[in-house]
Parts: sequence; C-alpha cells; structure tokens
Amino acid sequence: MFESVLIANRGEIARRVIRTAQRMGLRAIAVYSEADAKAPYVREADDALLLGPASPAESYLDMDRVLEAAATAGAGAVHPGYGFLAENSEFARRVVDAGLVWVGPAPSAIERMGDKINARNLMADVGVPVSPGSREPIVSVEAAVAEARRIGYPVMVKAAAGGGGIGMAVARDEVTLRPAFEGARSRAARFFGDSGVLLERYIEGARHVEVQILGLADGRVVALGERDCSVQRRHQKVAEETPSPGVSPGLRARMLDAAARAGEAIEYRGAGTVECLVAPAEQDFVFIEMNTRLQVEHPITELVTGIDLVEQQLLIASGEEISFDPTAAPPRGHALELRIYAEDPRRFLPSPGEITAWREPSGDGVRVDAGYDAGDMVTPYYDPLLAKLCVHGEDRVEALERARAAVASFRIEGPKTNLPFFDELLGDAEFVGGDYDTGLVDRMRG
Amino acid sequence: MAEIRAEMVANVWKVLVAEGDDVSDGDTLVILESMKMEIPILAEDAGTVGQLKVAEGDVVQEGDLIAVIE
Repeated sequence: MFESVLIANRGEIARRVIRTAQRMGLRAIAVYSEADAKAPYVREADDALLLGPASPAESYLDMDRVLEAAATAGAGAVHPGYGFLAENSEFARRVVDAGLVWVGPAPSAIERMGDKINARNLMADVGVPVSPGSREPIVSVEAAVAEARRIGYPVMVKAAAGGGGIGMAVARDEVTLRPAFEGARSRAARFFGDSGVLLERYIEGARHVEVQILGLADGRVVALGERDCSVQRRHQKVAEETPSPGVSPGLRARMLDAAARAGEAIEYRGAGTVECLVAPAEQDFVFIEMNTRLQVEHPITELVTGIDLVEQQLLIASGEEISFDPTAAPPRGHALELRIYAEDPRRFLPSPGEITAWREPSGDGVRVDAGYDAGDMVTPYYDPLLAKLCVHGEDRVEALERARAAVASFRIEGPKTNLPFFDELLGDAEFVGGDYDTGLVDRMRG
Repeated sequence: MAEIRAEMVANVWKVLVAEGDDVSDGDTLVILESMKMEIPILAEDAGTVGQLKVAEGDVVQEGDLIAVIE
C-alpha cells in the first residue's frame, strides 16, 4: 500500500476521503484554492497545498498545478473525488505517467464511458438494454430533426461528453427540438469542450435508479445494490434512497447482473456507478450512462451494507483484496440522503454567503458529510452542496421518521438553504408513498 | 424606469444588450453564473436600456445594479 494520498478535490468529499485515508494510516494531502484556505478539509488534512485562485480553471481543474502539488508533497497516490478531474482520462494518464497510483479505473475505461454515445453502443453490444437513440454524435439541427423522427418523440437531448444535467432538455416535437438542440450544443462546447450531442427516447414517468459496482483487483466485478435518484431538480439529484421503492426483487436481480456485466465489458477496477432509467409499471430498465468514479450519494450504500467504499477504492488501487466478502454482504434496512444546497427552497436559485451559524443533527442512524462549518464563506465559484444529510433505519418508515427529525434540527444560518424543501418533501404524499418518478419536484412546484 | 439588480453574488457570463437598445418584456439582458448555474436576467418591462453597469467577466454582489430600463 502507498503511504500517502493526495485528494484532488474540495469540500465534503475531500473531507470524507481524508477521514478514511487517515483511519487506514495514510498521510492525507489536501489541495485548495484561495477561496477554500479556511475550509474544514484543509485544516483536517495532514498536509495542504495551495493550488491558485478561486476560479476552478486556475485551481482544481489545473492538471499541471495538481500534479506539481503531488510531486512537492511526495504523494504516493491521487484520489480525484467526484467532479473536477475525476472523469478526465488525460489527468488519470498523467497521474500514472508521473509514477503515482491513480485511485480509479484505467484511463481507457474512463475514456470508453466518458463519451455517452460510445458507452451506449458498447452496452448495447454486450446485451445491456439501452433506449432507442443516436449511435453517432449529431452535428446539425437538421440531422437532429431527422434522428428524432427515426427514434420517435418525446426525445431527451444531451451533451455526449456531458454530466450534471448541463445541457439536457426534453423535446416533445420539432418546434421544441430545435432550441433544445442548439442549447445542448452550445452548453456542451462551453462546459465540456466537445459540442457532440445525442438524442435518445425519453421515457415518461421513469425512475432514475443506479447500481453501485466495484471492480476488484482480481478482475471480478461485484454489484452492491441500487440507489433511487428520482428526486431531481433541473435534472440534478437532490435526494436519494436505497433500496428503491419502485424496483421489485426480480428487476433488482436483472439490474445488478447487467451492471456487473457492464463493468466486466470494460475490465473495470474500483468504484463505479451504472445509471439506468426504470419504467415502474413494466418493471423494465435501460442503461443511460456510467460514472467512472465515486458517486456523491455513495454514503447510503455504505449505510445499508456497512462497507466503507473509499477504503475499498484505496485497497483496489494498491492491488490488494477488499475488506469484505462480496458474496455475503446483504444490505440491511433503508437509507436516505438529502443534499443540503445553498439555494432558495422555492426556485432553487443559488445563494452564496457567509455561514453565521451551523449545527448538525445527530442521533441513531444519522450521518452528516459536511464541507462547511460556522464562519465559512460559501462562494459562487463551486457547486452549491453544503452537506449530505444521510439517515439509516430498519425500514423506510423509520428512515423517513429519522430524516424528518434530522431536518428539523439542522440549523444553518447565512446563505439560504433547501432545508425547508426537505421538510416539504418528507411530508409529500407521493414521496412518502414511494410511488414517485423524476417528475416529482416539478409537480411539487407546479 | 426600472432598476434591475443582482439577487445574489455571481459572475457575469454574457451581456446580450447595449445601452440604447430597445427591449421587450421578458427579453434576456444578461446571463449571470453562480454555483455552476446560469441565471438569465430578464427585462420586466418594455423600454430602452438607459444604463448598463456590468461587463462580461465582472463579479456582482447581491443588490448591485445591473441595468436601468427607461
């Protein structure tokens, strides 16, 4: 095992990786921008190096500066967290070329899954179901119109190299397709440096359900259960739960099997997530994309399995065996994650500012992964995630009850937060009943 | 006359109008960016852009004047 790991990230995920690394006896090295100099994760790391100004392009996205920090600190490995450089195959390659251990899959696996069209084609070829859609990037609005006619409306328009819901839009006819295509193309070019766009059949009333996989050092790929991520605003997740209330045991078995097959097809190593859409009435699913990194919502899988996924990532990256028996790790109980964002709870608009008061909930089954504390400044430079409030209960009813109590006692003053939204969500009949889909938040706000 | 002010700290990503332009109710004047989200700033009335106080790349604070529609 390497002796130290640099975490090429910030906020709650840097803090979370540091915690496990230190527990394993590793030296945890943080990097930070000028805006994050006083952040909790910088204080808690064993070493911390300044990357540069607040702008991500000059700090967390600057490969040269991150690699230079790794060399200066004598890091043995690099953990990328999620976002920033986590799914950048060039960065992964440069980490390996610098003689460091990359805590993630091979650069070639990142590349093959990073392009959503390529990933869809690859999955279809190994027998994983995909919805009807583009086999090649669409480059003109006329081509998009023709492709949509072939696939059939409604269609989802997406950036081929995209993520985070950026540039995604549903088009129900040619009139709405044209602006949706232009919007996706310009955002794809701006955010991902690649203007390729794909169309796929949009499934009405679908749930967004994903499977956690782990590719082991010996080549096996195991699936560790699913997470339901159907509570979304602007195509971005706000709350997740496991197990999914909309997935039957039979469907679960098929999804887990397909996810493991997807991982094996690209010789996947480490933690990854296979994202699918589920049609609840038909109990059918299609693959949408694979995230070749640790997922934001990984804690709910940890709560029901008792497995530390970051520990497994570090073990696998160093070629060692995982710390649990994958044939005997049945999930226990029910877990929820609520993403506490600095945003107003009505329109979900960003609300940066100084945190003047911060008190986290505690109690049985409550876990808080936070990136901030009282006195910290929430700046407009990064995503609005302040903390992940996670709860575990013996069943869904108990998990919901614990979540309500935890939301009520979480106190954050300064920036507006979406805590009042979660109070609403946890009392919403559709959510509480469990029979909800990705349209839930729009209906709550409609 | 209507003053358009920033609702939050943000970076000015795009400026789509210039002083003297005629605008209609609902036209996008400026697109701000904060926390990885684009926030279009719209004209709330028809009129002429009398003053334009921001340029692309600027950082605005909550309450800062963006434009005046006359």
